[in-house]
Amino acid sequence: MYLGRITGTVVATRKADGMEGQKLLLVQPVDDQLRENGPLQVAVDTVQSGPGDLVVLVGSREAALACQPHFVPVDAAIVGIVDQVDAPEREVDKTGKTGKAGNAGKAGKAGKA
Amino acid sequence: MRLCRVIGNVVATVKHPAYRGQILLIVQPIGEGGADIGTSFLAIDRVQAGPGDRVVVLTEGNGVRQIMQMGDILPIRSLVVGVVDRVDA
Repeated sequence: MYLGRITGTVVATRKADGMEGQKLLLVQPVDDQLRENGPLQVAVDTVQSGPGDLVVLVGSREAALACQPHFVPVDAAIVGIVDQVDAPEREVDKTGKTGKAGNAGKAGKAGKA
Repeated sequence: MRLCRVIGNVVATVKHPAYRGQILLIVQPIGEGGADIGTSFLAIDRVQAGPGDRVVVLTEGNGVRQIMQMGDILPIRSLVVGVVDRVDA
């Protein structure tokens, strides 16, 4: 599970079977200091979130399980809208724009859990 | 399972029904000496862990479903399953 910032909506009329009716959003994954972390993703929304929201995402098989009905063929789902990120040892910058590079900045590839 | 340090928590009021009442922690994977490895991620707390605690985090959905006993369609992928007292390496 990881954090992301919704940057837009995706409209796709022709979709694979099972994906009908799912709302798709464009999401920028972010780290614990809300800095961009990895490439943009398209995720299914389950919590009525919208552009600008900071959200919790779940990936892989669990994304399919988050949808209604479950086992929709997707690999990322939005499962929560974040009100607050509390990380005392990190300086969380709410705007996500001017975060100073710390240890997480030079992080290697880490699997999205 | 991965050795991690809890670095904070995330408050979210609007959540998927499966996440209701659960605590979301930010965990940072670490090495045996405590140095950060890779980027942090989120995990549900199962052991009342808090910031600064070294923990064991399960990052596989089927194991999580076994532990949580909330049915077969639980969309939770990572779970804090232990607070580490000591690492001998």
